[in-house]
Amino acid sequence: MDTPSTRTPSADAGPIIEVAHLHRRYGRHLAVADVSFTVERGEIVGLLGPNGAGKSTILRILSAYMPGTSGTVKVAGYDVTREAHAVRRRIGYMPENNPLHTDLRVREYLKFRGRLKGLGIRRSRSRADVVLEQCGLTHVSRQMIGTLSKGYRQRVGLADALIHEPELIILDEPTIGLDPHQIRAFRNLLRTLGGDHTILLSSHILHEVEMTSTRVLIINEGRIVVSGAPADLRQRIAGAGEVLAEIQAEGTALEAGLRELAGLRECVLSPMEEDYWHCRLMPRSTEDLRPAVHELAARQGWRLRELGLRRLTLEDVFVHMTSGDEEMEGWE
Amino acid sequence: MTAWWTLLRRELGAYLLSLTGYVILTAVAFLLGVGFTLVVLAYNGDSLTVPLTELFYSTLFFWLILLVATPMITMRLFAQERATGTYETLMTCPVGELSVVLAKFAAGLLFYTVMWIPLIVCLLIVHRYTAEGTAFDWWPVASTSLGILLMGALYVAIGCLASALTRSQIVAAILSFAIGLTLFLLSFAEYSLGPRGGWLADAARYVSMLDHMEDFVRGVVDTRRITFYLSLTFLFLFLTVKVVEGRRWRRST
Repeated sequence: MDTPSTRTPSADAGPIIEVAHLHRRYGRHLAVADVSFTVERGEIVGLLGPNGAGKSTILRILSAYMPGTSGTVKVAGYDVTREAHAVRRRIGYMPENNPLHTDLRVREYLKFRGRLKGLGIRRSRSRADVVLEQCGLTHVSRQMIGTLSKGYRQRVGLADALIHEPELIILDEPTIGLDPHQIRAFRNLLRTLGGDHTILLSSHILHEVEMTSTRVLIINEGRIVVSGAPADLRQRIAGAGEVLAEIQAEGTALEAGLRELAGLRECVLSPMEEDYWHCRLMPRSTEDLRPAVHELAARQGWRLRELGLRRLTLEDVFVHMTSGDEEMEGWE
Repeated sequence: MTAWWTLLRRELGAYLLSLTGYVILTAVAFLLGVGFTLVVLAYNGDSLTVPLTELFYSTLFFWLILLVATPMITMRLFAQERATGTYETLMTCPVGELSVVLAKFAAGLLFYTVMWIPLIVCLLIVHRYTAEGTAFDWWPVASTSLGILLMGALYVAIGCLASALTRSQIVAAILSFAIGLTLFLLSFAEYSLGPRGGWLADAARYVSMLDHMEDFVRGVVDTRRITFYLSLTFLFLFLTVKVVEGRRWRRST
């Protein structure tokens, strides 16, 4: 019997998660379609997608709760279907909606879960105290879980996921139903765990994932549409922001002039006071249009009172990627 | 083994931490008490020609408790965990399906056993207030207890299967009650088939729980009866394990 503390060195070396061509079918519905990705140790990866995109399905397959229809999934080098036991020993999984035994006290529950996950009596006791401390639950450790607020219950779920010192922590929608304060607290908690732990979490709230994850996988209709570090994703589209300008000029001349700009895909003019026009200029590529606009205005003698770039946020990418919008294709 | 023991303790705790557990215990204690009182009143002062256990068994209460209380005990075992979602946290622990099923079965059977304690108390009262050697004999009490235990094991196993099949506790209770009642009603097939029933009547006699219990309360311990209950219990537990395994590998929700 191997325990998390006596891992084989070979299993330690490789990536913690390897998913290759995973499919999952529910009857006729294809919930997960040809998903492949790897997660290295120490990463915090966010699985992001609208509701029903297949996030929970992927996480359930990873935690050896149910099998995929086809494809291979390995956690810490172990196959989730053939070596499910070894996989379960190495993961701490918190399902969506975080089901708990509401008739137990917090510490009691954690000890029970520790024992269930193969810790000895003394070890589960000491680990329960450690995770209680870690998750800020010490002062409610004797309270019944049923009487706890949603935020505290979420922490109990996380403490449960941590108790047997798993190599990989899988959290399905960990902040759903929390208020902004609780979300912030939970996020900070996750951040303190990062570094020593590999965490895979899912969310349909982009901000959430952006704040906590070192890498984001955006998933839609069972497929991974784009992946990368949040900063990277933003970088890749940084130049693609639209230019906003306010120019004082004669309408038709202005429009004609702007349309001449190389690299312009689309421009929208709306009249403002005193012959000023509010112009939204969308570039064709990742080029920054501001210098060209400035030059044009100077050449024509137009008065330019505002020139700015509205960078696309990750939220824009997410919305575009997951609404089937063609506009942003080719960034993957 | 550790997982089994941990789960068993948790399951027993769940009975004792919930109101349902106490309601069942109280209701059964009440029914047993009523049955006992009726027996005592009916034979007040008369001398008994048969063991006391047989008298008690011939009241309806005995079968009522077996048929109605067992589904109530077992309905929550799997169905509740699936409804609340804790089934998912349980099944993503390094715990085998067999341990889970055996822990739940053992917890159900233990609770069932505890439920019968008032009967033993009733018999002890008789023992205390009757002259030595008249109404009370230890052997029929022991064999009756064995019979109650064996039947309970079978009915708890049936309840496990029913609970594993659905996420609704009500459906689980109805299902196990239906299976249990069918099995019980087979006892009467022997009489319906009549003397010319042939091998069917023989088969019916073999599975007749009424006949089995009649033996047990008279102090007759027949290995055929023991084999019958144990093998059926194993069958239903085996089916439960298969259902739980099957769910793990072919889940649709």
